[in-house]
Amino acid sequence: MTKPEAIAENSVISISGLTKTFGALTVLHGIDLTLTRGDVLGVIGPSGSGKSTLIRCLNMMEAPSGGTFHFRGKEVLPRFKGDGKKIGMGDLRRHVGMVFQHFNLFPHLSVLDNVTKGPRVVLDKSRAEAEAHAMDLLSQVGLAEKANFFPSQLSGGQKQRVAIARALAMDPDVLLLDEITSALDPELVGEVLTVVRRLANAGMTMILVTHEMGFAADVANRVIFMEAGRIAEEGSPEEILRNPKSERLKAFLSRFHG
Amino acid sequence: MYHWDFYAVLQSFDLFLWGMWATFLYTVGSIAFGIVIGLASCFARLSNYRLLRLVARVYQELFRCTPLLVQILWAYYALPMLLGINISNTTAGLMTLSLYVGSFYAEIFRGGILAVDRGQTEAALAVGMSGRQTMRHIIMPQAIKNMLPAFINQSVIQLKNTSLLYAISVAELTYMTSEVNAQTYRPLESYTLAGILYFAMLFPLTQIADHYERRMRRHD
Ligand SMILES: Nc1ncnc2c1ncn2[C@@H]1O[C@H](COP(=O)(O)OP(=O)(O)OP(=O)(O)O)[C@@H](O)[C@H]1O
Ligand SMILES: [Mg+2]
Repeated sequence: MTKPEAIAENSVISISGLTKTFGALTVLHGIDLTLTRGDVLGVIGPSGSGKSTLIRCLNMMEAPSGGTFHFRGKEVLPRFKGDGKKIGMGDLRRHVGMVFQHFNLFPHLSVLDNVTKGPRVVLDKSRAEAEAHAMDLLSQVGLAEKANFFPSQLSGGQKQRVAIARALAMDPDVLLLDEITSALDPELVGEVLTVVRRLANAGMTMILVTHEMGFAADVANRVIFMEAGRIAEEGSPEEILRNPKSERLKAFLSRFHG
Repeated sequence: MYHWDFYAVLQSFDLFLWGMWATFLYTVGSIAFGIVIGLASCFARLSNYRLLRLVARVYQELFRCTPLLVQILWAYYALPMLLGINISNTTAGLMTLSLYVGSFYAEIFRGGILAVDRGQTEAALAVGMSGRQTMRHIIMPQAIKNMLPAFINQSVIQLKNTSLLYAISVAELTYMTSEVNAQTYRPLESYTLAGILYFAMLFPLTQIADHYERRMRRHD
């Protein structure tokens, strides 16, 4: 377990004993996890095991019920503004990007405005600066020519790539990706995974919840297997996905032929 | 066969014009106040404060579940007695119309806001926006689109509702019409003309509303 004083210089996210309850239901039973710069952590596990809840705690979309949570060595406070020593949710979220299963693009804004809105509103960037950055990101995800389209005019795969660009526009330290391909038609999954793979190669720190075992094995340097609100197994993709120890993980993986 | 004769009625056309002007002013005035009241009540009901939610709820239900005519009569005849002050018919009329339409607007606004997908709020918060920034940049623009048809509809009804001010002798179009009728003894022409004038004010509005609704549908 990581003590706050012992948090490494390059640790981005560090949680210990993190719990989450919804009323009488305990969804996370004390999770310990440290993410270092450049880490790509794959999160796998059966439905309802708490994968989404875990990563939603990491940008305070859900407030943890217990445990400690440090971001770049600073304790995270469960309110919008921090103070000098501790970091608030607002600041945390500027640095922790999230991409959602159902894209959640802003339908009333063009693709370009979807990407520039955060930097302009939150970081007070000028339109020109935000748009230049956004166009750069849109070409990275292969959508520069769709800048003036509206979300309703895009395919699912294109929407998700815009959502990735939107998250990247904040220059995040970490990207949280929650099953970002599971709402897509199979033929559209590849284009999104390609973007994620490129980010991993570029050294982006990421946590990806996924059912794409092959992909997880490919891009992750570490994988955790969650079950019933606990990390049941943890290791390299090789260890977890190719040589599972527990029967439960073996049973889980056998459903994927991954 | 009745012999239509608009001559006498048209002699008093200036009275109709004054009536229309007053109807227009009461409509616009009560809509303006109603928007402010409706927004306040809507956000009160969406707030985390129980007491605020309760007060807004009581206000809305009181005004939505009693007839406007009774409210107008109550504000003009009963309220002054209760408070021991004088309230002019224009004040009582404008106040009641505003509170009445505000109670409906509040529900229209609230519905428009709640209809915006929860994922929109999450996506906005996830880039670091505050609750206020999320409301302003992400939720409200979508909510306004959602609520526009119902808002215009309620506003059209509001113009018609100003005719109830007749009961407390506010000089709007219906009251003026009755004045003309009293002078000319031409009820058929007087009230027909009143109907035509109301229609002339509202028909363009409903057409514009329909046009925008169709256009919005196409964009979705
Ligand atoms: N807001 C909430 N209120 C109550 N219970 C919740 C809430 N969010 C999640 N849960 C419960 O917490 C448990 C874990 O849910 P979570 O969404 O984290 O699982 P998951 O591993 O992401 O599953 P899936 O693979 O289906 O996405 C489930 O039992 C779920 O019903
Ligand atoms: Mg999930």
